[in-house]
Amino acid sequence: MISFFAGTDRTRRATSGLMTTLTALCTVVAVGILLIILSYIAMRGIGALNLRFLVDTPRPVGEGGGIGNAIVGSAVLLLLSCVVGIPLGISTGVYLSEFGGGAFATTVRFLIDTLTGIPSIVTGVFVYAVIVLPMNHFSALAGGIALALIMIPIVARTTEEMIRLVPHSLREGALALGAPQWRVTLGVVIPAAASGIATGAMLAIARVSGETAPLLFTAFGSRFFPRNLNEPIASLTVQIYNYAISPYDEWHAQAWAATLVLMTLILGINIIVRFLTRKRF
Amino acid sequence: MKDSDKLKFVGQWQRWLSPTGNTGDAVFRAAMFAVALLLLLIVAAMIVALASHSRLSIREFGFGFLTGREWNPIKGQFGALAFIYGTIVSSLIALLISVPLSLGIAIFLVEQAPYYVSRPITFLVELLAAIPSVVYGLWGIFVLAPFLRVHVEPNLAHWFGWLPLFQGPITGIGLLTGGVILAIMVTPIISAVVRDVLAAVPNTQREAALALGATKWETTRVVLVNGAPGIAGAVILGLGRAIGETMAVTMVIGNRPEISLSLFQPSYTLASVIANEFTEATADIYLSALIELGLILFLVTFVVNAIARLLVWRVTRRTSGVGMAA
Repeated sequence: MISFFAGTDRTRRATSGLMTTLTALCTVVAVGILLIILSYIAMRGIGALNLRFLVDTPRPVGEGGGIGNAIVGSAVLLLLSCVVGIPLGISTGVYLSEFGGGAFATTVRFLIDTLTGIPSIVTGVFVYAVIVLPMNHFSALAGGIALALIMIPIVARTTEEMIRLVPHSLREGALALGAPQWRVTLGVVIPAAASGIATGAMLAIARVSGETAPLLFTAFGSRFFPRNLNEPIASLTVQIYNYAISPYDEWHAQAWAATLVLMTLILGINIIVRFLTRKRF
Repeated sequence: MKDSDKLKFVGQWQRWLSPTGNTGDAVFRAAMFAVALLLLLIVAAMIVALASHSRLSIREFGFGFLTGREWNPIKGQFGALAFIYGTIVSSLIALLISVPLSLGIAIFLVEQAPYYVSRPITFLVELLAAIPSVVYGLWGIFVLAPFLRVHVEPNLAHWFGWLPLFQGPITGIGLLTGGVILAIMVTPIISAVVRDVLAAVPNTQREAALALGATKWETTRVVLVNGAPGIAGAVILGLGRAIGETMAVTMVIGNRPEISLSLFQPSYTLASVIANEFTEATADIYLSALIELGLILFLVTFVVNAIARLLVWRVTRRTSGVGMAA
């Protein structure tokens, strides 16, 4: 313990002040980078952004074109992933919080934590192997499932945590009135945690709406508005990627504009969630 | 149907599923259990699917796949060494930059800054994690890479050019740029976990240090020692993230399967070769080799994440256990 207090009073105080400054500097660097990135997106994105760009389909270089189909495609993919991922994620979270004492639950919890760290491109390869290969073509369905697989662990963990925050007295009150366990969970505990679960789901949506890697060879991409779920489908992120690595200035500008649209959605969700969770902590 | 009939109908399972003897409970518990089991099965299916689809490549190249330097789809020759090298070096650069940075951020936010400063700043740092990989890539291509090419790499070459790391032509696209963009991306992740770990260190530790006359920084050091395993876990977690990051790296690293000591040279990572070449792979063996890269990536990140989680749990669980008992 002595080593922690080495030096004269003056040097110790100086060291303390210096370290506070250094750590503050680290924080300033991180926030600075964030502001730089956001301002670049805003500045470069606003140039190519107009109503026509938002509703048109992609066109060859020099003819303008837009991201209408990509916006619709991303919406379809997100909807699909929510339909599959949110119920499964919430159920897993409920299982963990209500029956999560044993070794099996601990294993599941550990797997979920580890799953969130599996690279999303691997999820894409997996979905390619089990859905795209047997079906023999890329499809919106495959893309939606890939996104759902990324969503499930996030939703499961936040659901578990939110249910844990529900006071025991609520549970005990319902049980004392003679309600069976399942009605207590479905009728009392989950409604009490609903807003927390909803914000968790929204954060998961924000996260997967930025995913590109798992869509490259599942949803693939398309130049047209989606007609059915069995076809390849466009998405904002894949469109941004394809335009960004293209050699054309016009497409670069469109990539920045599409990024502005995507970031507005993601930042919007994050700020709304922030606003909703303000009261609770 | 009366309750007693239901009991008979469900039989033995009832007792195991629901000690309360309510059919609804049994059904509910079974359903929730089934979903949790499904998750286990998905993980198992991932391993099986990746392994079985990389069978062709595993049989052809065996362990030589990991040490082979040549990646030549035209000749049908596949070795992963260049990608493993690129992945390791870019991740190390990322950690070298992001670990001190995120430690500083976490310490500032938890130990040093007053509440009204740390709350909004925490949100801003978390927003860095909300920016999608492809957006980092776009910014990397058009802003970061030119910046490094013009301002940073010439200076590195000038002052440290005697090191083989900083020799060769300067393009702005290569290992260094990949590492820097990764550093920006993992910083919010590492700092978030370190923040949780520091916050989980009991306040009695701080009070004891302060009572002994410690300065703010000395108190912080005591807290850091207490949270050490969790901090190690956070760093490993960041490593796992850096290894698997795909889009941003693919867009700035140059995508050339070569092993070069120079950080200015283009390189390739496991994740980026999959992203870049998967849809071009027409030959079965080519596709199989790419899926084997996916399998390697899966296994490596799985192990790395498992280690990290165990370390982080050690700190956060232990202290929350104390909190519950108190």
